[in-house]
Amino acid sequence: MSFQIKKQSTKYDVCIVGSGAGGGMAAKLLADAGFKIALLEAGPDFDPANKEQRTQLRWPWESPRRGASTTRPFGDFDMAYGGWELEGEPYTQNANTEFAWFRSRMLGGRTNHWGRISLRFGPLDFKRKDFDGKGDNWPIGYEDVKPYYDKVDKLIGVFGTKENIPNEPDGFFLPPPKPRLHELYIKKGANKAGVPMIPSRLSILTKPVNKERGACFFCNQCSRSCMAYADFSSSSVLVKPAVKTGNVDLYVNAMVREVLTNGEGEATGVSYIDKDDLRDYEIKAKVVILAASACSSARILLNSKSAQHPNGLANSSGVVGKYLHDSTGSSRMGFIPQLVDRERYNEDGVGGMHLYTPWWLNDSKDLGFTRGYHIEYWGGMSMPAYGFGFNTQALKEITGDTSRNAYGTGLKKDVKKFYGATFGMAGRGESIPRKENYCEIDSNTVDKYGIPVLKFNYSWSDEEVKQARHMQDTFEEVMHNMGAVPLGDKPGKETNYGLENPGKIIHEVGTTRMGKDPKSSVVNEFNQAHDVPNLFVMDGGPFVSQADKNPTWTILALAWRATDYLTEQLKKGNV
Amino acid sequence: MDRRESLKALVLGGVGSSLFLSSCVTDKKSPIAAGDIIEEREGYGRTPAEEERDEDLYSETFFSEEEMATISILSDIIIPEDEESVSATEAGVPEFIEFIVKDIPEHQIPMRGGLMWINRESNKRFEAAFNEISKENQMEIIDHMAYPRAFEENSPGPVFFRNIRNLVVTGYFTSEPGFKYLDYRGNTPNVWDGVPAHVLEKHGMKYDEDLLKVAMDPATRNEVMDWNKYEV
Repeated sequence: MSFQIKKQSTKYDVCIVGSGAGGGMAAKLLADAGFKIALLEAGPDFDPANKEQRTQLRWPWESPRRGASTTRPFGDFDMAYGGWELEGEPYTQNANTEFAWFRSRMLGGRTNHWGRISLRFGPLDFKRKDFDGKGDNWPIGYEDVKPYYDKVDKLIGVFGTKENIPNEPDGFFLPPPKPRLHELYIKKGANKAGVPMIPSRLSILTKPVNKERGACFFCNQCSRSCMAYADFSSSSVLVKPAVKTGNVDLYVNAMVREVLTNGEGEATGVSYIDKDDLRDYEIKAKVVILAASACSSARILLNSKSAQHPNGLANSSGVVGKYLHDSTGSSRMGFIPQLVDRERYNEDGVGGMHLYTPWWLNDSKDLGFTRGYHIEYWGGMSMPAYGFGFNTQALKEITGDTSRNAYGTGLKKDVKKFYGATFGMAGRGESIPRKENYCEIDSNTVDKYGIPVLKFNYSWSDEEVKQARHMQDTFEEVMHNMGAVPLGDKPGKETNYGLENPGKIIHEVGTTRMGKDPKSSVVNEFNQAHDVPNLFVMDGGPFVSQADKNPTWTILALAWRATDYLTEQLKKGNV
Repeated sequence: MDRRESLKALVLGGVGSSLFLSSCVTDKKSPIAAGDIIEEREGYGRTPAEEERDEDLYSETFFSEEEMATISILSDIIIPEDEESVSATEAGVPEFIEFIVKDIPEHQIPMRGGLMWINRESNKRFEAAFNEISKENQMEIIDHMAYPRAFEENSPGPVFFRNIRNLVVTGYFTSEPGFKYLDYRGNTPNVWDGVPAHVLEKHGMKYDEDLLKVAMDPATRNEVMDWNKYEV
């Protein structure tokens, strides 16, 4: 094997690292504007319509493990090539840290399997410090991002309803699907408990937004990525049309090692390893955009050391990797006795809940914690997979039926009878970003490509634990009010009220946060590095705080805003 | 669009410069590597690494013929044939169990140990292996495991029975005959227009009038959204 580094002679206008939401958006807009783009993705090409990759509409028996999660963390049919552990690509933890880092290596990244929950941050979400004195405000407000949320809604599509809730801004909504039966039951109980439930806001096309993408055909499988492109995946919706312009060269299986700089400390391109031939390559560009995911982009920056940037690139502030934060999560399952032996019909609907609960207590001052959460719901006659039918007897006992069918036709009938009567609730909350929660380079450990890996340091504070306790109390109250039975024991203090380990909700952001002051932030309000004007970060890294909203819609809006600014700078010759 | 067509579109779409051809995805040893698998079995969207792992598991055998025979007997006792549906063995449950214990090795010792326990119990009671004794005698052992007295609930036989029952039930209800018996109606393109009216009524539920005004309308769902008439 030759170790000579391969250098390209062409200089691109822009090199984009990562093909997820942020990278896809930048690629689409810049390609449409006529710039020459190199788009690098660390995983293989992917198209959900490619029958050799497709998992949508497959049956459990097509998998010999019946869809079990042995090789893919969310089961065989989930469309993420990756997981919390990748072969040959470790990460390490400081003592007392149990951070879980989910990486999806494929064109479109994690947007192929995400929940499509597309919530705008509200006015409060950008300025939480003004209200509770904790964390930091964003340098921008809702009014700055609103025009871009509007554009994202129209370009990509999201269904929902106009609700006029102050911190849950309405947008350009496609028509919502009607609720499912269990959702109507939950709504009754929620309303009695003073907990609102409104139509969910998911980026799924209940009507097409253009002629290139089809309408949803209601298979409930957005997590498998849609062959009709009727949900938002960056690869299907942004990268595909970007490549069609002829202005994008797509490099797949390209694992970026570092950002290259010149004597003046400007970015000149990137160095990457081709995973197929395991050789190093360099790409030259006038501008580099990192959109590799919050932690991967931080890792690339920290590994891009030079005489001008001894702490890593764009890190004169020392905050690259700091303020890492994920959503909180805690959940509970329940059982609806009224749904036992229910009539059959196709209840798939869209991929995800049709109703959800936005945070409803912004005005409460006595909760013991200051940031909110929303509640997601699942249930109904969903498709069985590995694990279906375990412990049917336990459900039966809840209904007061003490007869036992340990085997035989009676057991078979029991399983059939209780199908579709269980459901679940999951809180997803805002945590308070803290400098003490961070990722850094573990100088003692490299991955199989020889790239130093990340080491995580992360712990929850009392705020997040109290929030999880509130979630559990709410779940029980709603279940009680709807006549449902909570399953299992209520998670208590010993488990932090079921609070998931950080990283488990896969909303990790904040590692290259934006701000006005170059001493305490990495990028400015246009996602441009304070230290390196021709370097941008367009993933979740620039988030100052995360709200209780899933980050994707805001990553897209901010990437659009940043790309508009970058386009202007390129035209003026400033970068 | 199949893989080759999508590959072609990618080339045609991106072939702006010779650079693309000399350095991008199209000329590598394994272009678009994830899709390039040689299918000996029906594929289900595996990556090359997953495909290889499956093949490795298929090439190994975990249970002996005797063990598989016992698993088959147990499977059909747990889920027998009846007037509505086929038996567990007919639905391929023993083959599923053979695969899943290789796929999830945590199952191996409890399964093998449980099968050992059954034969010991059978020899103790009837001086022959479980597969050799009469149906009636088999049922005596099964009932001991399936309906244990309170103090025996967590002894090896009952614990094993609960484990294998979970695998048999899940294997059955994730099979094609199992879906038919369950009367599962989904996993097919359709148009969701809410819970059927008579079901809503039976449960005393009604859709909110305001929601019905804005909900997805099956009649216009394929028309491209016109934002000109839309006001936020």
